[in-house]
Amino acid sequence: MASEAIKGAKVLMVGAGGIGCELLKTLALSGFRDIHIIDMDTIEVSNLNRQFLFRQSHVGQSKAKVARDAVLKFRPHINIKPYHANVKDPEFNVDFFKQFNVVLNGLDNLDARRHVNRLCLAADVPLVESGTTGFLGQVTVHVKGKTECYECQPKPAPKTYPVCTITSTPSKFVHCIVWAKDLLFAKLFGDKNQDNDLNVRSSDAASSSENVEDVFVRRNDEDIEQYGKKIFDHVFGYNIELALSNEETWKNRNRPKPIYSKDILSDELAQPNGNVDKKCAFDDEFSVSAMASLGMKNPQDIWSLKENSRIFLEALRLFFTHRGKDVGNLTFDKDDQLAVEFVTAAANIRAASFGIPPYSLFEAKGIAGNIVHAVATTNAVIAGLIVIETIKVLQNDIKSYRMTYCLEHPSRKMLLMPVEPFEPNKSCYVCSETPLSLEINTKRAKLKDFVEKIVKAKLGMNLPLIMNSSNLLYEAGDVEDDMVAIYSANLEKVLAELPSPVTGGTMLTVEDMQQEFVCNVNIKHREEFDEEKEPDSMVLSGWTQHVSAPENKDKPAANNGASTSGASVPAAESDEISIVSPTKKRKLTDVPNAPGNEARNHQDELQVIDDEDDLVMLEGNMEGFKKRKLS
Amino acid sequence: MDGDGEELTAQETALYDRQIRVWGADAQRRLSKAHVLVYGMKGTIAEFCKNIVLAGVGSLTLIDDRIASEEAFSSNFLIPPDENVYGGKTLAQLCCDSLKDFNPMVRVSVQKGDLSSFDVEFFNNFDVVVVSSCSLPAKKLANEKCRKISKRVAFYTVDCRDSCGEIFVDLQDYKYSKKKLEETIECHLRYPSFEEALSVPWKELPRKTSKLYFAMRVIEKFEEAEGRSAGEVSVADLPGVLKLKKELCAVQSLNESHVPDTLLERLVTSTLEFPPVCAIIGGILGQEVIKAISGKGDPLKNFFFFDAFDGKGIIENISNSNA
Repeated sequence: MASEAIKGAKVLMVGAGGIGCELLKTLALSGFRDIHIIDMDTIEVSNLNRQFLFRQSHVGQSKAKVARDAVLKFRPHINIKPYHANVKDPEFNVDFFKQFNVVLNGLDNLDARRHVNRLCLAADVPLVESGTTGFLGQVTVHVKGKTECYECQPKPAPKTYPVCTITSTPSKFVHCIVWAKDLLFAKLFGDKNQDNDLNVRSSDAASSSENVEDVFVRRNDEDIEQYGKKIFDHVFGYNIELALSNEETWKNRNRPKPIYSKDILSDELAQPNGNVDKKCAFDDEFSVSAMASLGMKNPQDIWSLKENSRIFLEALRLFFTHRGKDVGNLTFDKDDQLAVEFVTAAANIRAASFGIPPYSLFEAKGIAGNIVHAVATTNAVIAGLIVIETIKVLQNDIKSYRMTYCLEHPSRKMLLMPVEPFEPNKSCYVCSETPLSLEINTKRAKLKDFVEKIVKAKLGMNLPLIMNSSNLLYEAGDVEDDMVAIYSANLEKVLAELPSPVTGGTMLTVEDMQQEFVCNVNIKHREEFDEEKEPDSMVLSGWTQHVSAPENKDKPAANNGASTSGASVPAAESDEISIVSPTKKRKLTDVPNAPGNEARNHQDELQVIDDEDDLVMLEGNMEGFKKRKLS
Repeated sequence: MDGDGEELTAQETALYDRQIRVWGADAQRRLSKAHVLVYGMKGTIAEFCKNIVLAGVGSLTLIDDRIASEEAFSSNFLIPPDENVYGGKTLAQLCCDSLKDFNPMVRVSVQKGDLSSFDVEFFNNFDVVVVSSCSLPAKKLANEKCRKISKRVAFYTVDCRDSCGEIFVDLQDYKYSKKKLEETIECHLRYPSFEEALSVPWKELPRKTSKLYFAMRVIEKFEEAEGRSAGEVSVADLPGVLKLKKELCAVQSLNESHVPDTLLERLVTSTLEFPPVCAIIGGILGQEVIKAISGKGDPLKNFFFFDAFDGKGIIENISNSNA
């Protein structure tokens, strides 16, 4: 019976990375014969330790295509169709999804997961979702109307820091990393037109911002060594002095120490041009390295303040001498060695000012790049569990569906813990039709703000369309020429001044044509917002608040989201992770004891995955690798 | 516990970046010096080998003199299904050819011979020994030989039948460190040998002990009594197996409901491994071996069971003291 269901199945895999390689192999061995696989990524060296279908010689090639070829070597007669593409591309629409019996996610980011969830709901195709981080992992089954959808549980928001913590009062190394990466690096090498808080807090009291702005621009004839030292002294010396002048700030804090290049590098200043080896040759722009240039090799070493200062100046110099054409349009990339060197050194020097212990380049790279821990074994286990659930889904064996957690420490003797899936959350804005509500200043916020901060960032829509009753306010994607001008004019308008005004009490309809997903948003006008706590100046609420509604009292599924502060284990696999904030407790309270099901008997005290420390137990001094980003 | 002082090369750091972030550079160095022996190249062992070759152990030695057949590659992705390639070669040779390709930094080689024919001196070449698909006496004997060596050799047995899998672990006298909150604490575990574990009277085990533990012992005994090799049973043997179960339960004063007939029926009916279970058991085993080599993290003591039917992956401590 199972084998017939498997042979006839047509499955879509999204992701050919860590989980994907294992999954494709296990599907093929288990007898699946028709597998389509989408992945937009190409192979990198750091994939090879776990993505076992790939070899050194494949670096740079499409993951989906190489994975296919590798599996056909041991299962030559099955059909594997690769797509080297983004799952959010319009060709992967609801009709495309409808051709599959089941969709299997092995993704690395929340955005794509939500997108696939909506397409699966719209196409009414079951979804088996998965994620891993380090030794932790999970597999969940989402079948429309039967179990909760991927978005029935609110997902933890990416970690953000108050601006002043970053600009003025860092207390952890990660604050220094965020400062070095999102402010200093962006200021020196990024787009000059971007807003940047680097100087705002520290200097606007003392000097005009235009003057300060000049410091960062390198004059045409300016000697690069002099320029580097000027930047160094400005950001690590002068700016700290300015901050110190604000006595109020330091009443209950340790006062930072200004650092000037001449004090750190006094011996080298004696030589006219420093002592860096300028003959060092680099093969290509990505191999340009301040470490190589200074003869430093081990990325695990923790540098002294002097070494950090030398790396800082050398990296800055190399950007201008070897990568001048990039300067002005760089964004931080964890695979850009020189950028990682610069950010590590800058963060360490700032950390030294504030009495925060320094980190190695290896560790700093992990924090700056939000690199997720990943090992082959967890991915293999998770892939096995995905296939087991997939077979149940194909047999429509609803009673046997389980979500399974792969744990690092056993809970009630279990390393692999199956739990019955929850029912759909009746107030989920994605899989039910519950409206959301939005507090917003309709006299100040523009339609553009609503689109960026709510529709795209919070609702995860790709190609949105916004309507106020029957009036179209905005539509993304292919629209007629005459409408383009109207929409772009609308984007710049304040909500209350739109052609059909949006004010308190308005119900907006937001729709994504590709995801075939609609939701309604009740607008509530509000004048003031707390700048630190509500940096968007908007507060979206809805499905999280509704959960404990009385009529849901005897519906356990509805309860589990509401009664806990966090979400499930949002494990995620791979490099460009956007949320991996692991492990808020998910208490499985009030789950009914299904008769004869012994797995259910002790769930009152059952807690899936404990605290964050467990996660990094083998590398105790590394902080959680959450997305850390200035709002 | 220091990492022997040698640094990882730039190549190693780049390749192993993501896992060094999980277990640390010193653990990675210890892995690269470890020598692993596996016996019995079926699907679960293939999964395990893939995992530790990717992780970057120093060397891996494979033993399995059986000539490749169609059954062999049903759940083993290391064997190409092309008769022109596999024809006449042993399973160990074929798997070795594939595994070499996975990670050029790991030495993979083949040793010929039967498990029972190797002496203590031979096992002394290894830090980890994993045996699969072999008889109960052969497992016990290999375990005893490993225990005679003055250095600690980590010993494992692993088997998958139908949608069930079992791992046994013997780390002898094992000290390791683990992080608890901010502190690193030293831990000490004492493991029984395979023979000692199996001799624990059934009635002394907790009532909720995994039913798979008993079922696997019944099948193992049956195969031994009938002179079969591991996995050489079929549904025709069910009456004999059920009879043996009755006898064993009587001798051990265990209520027969702890060894359900339906479970035994599954285990004798389908002798082929179920690939998802191979992946799961091979993954857990890989993780355990990495823990034992690196000396980091709680190792499991001393049995692990997985059954795809209920989806639970359970650790059972079956030892004399039961402490």
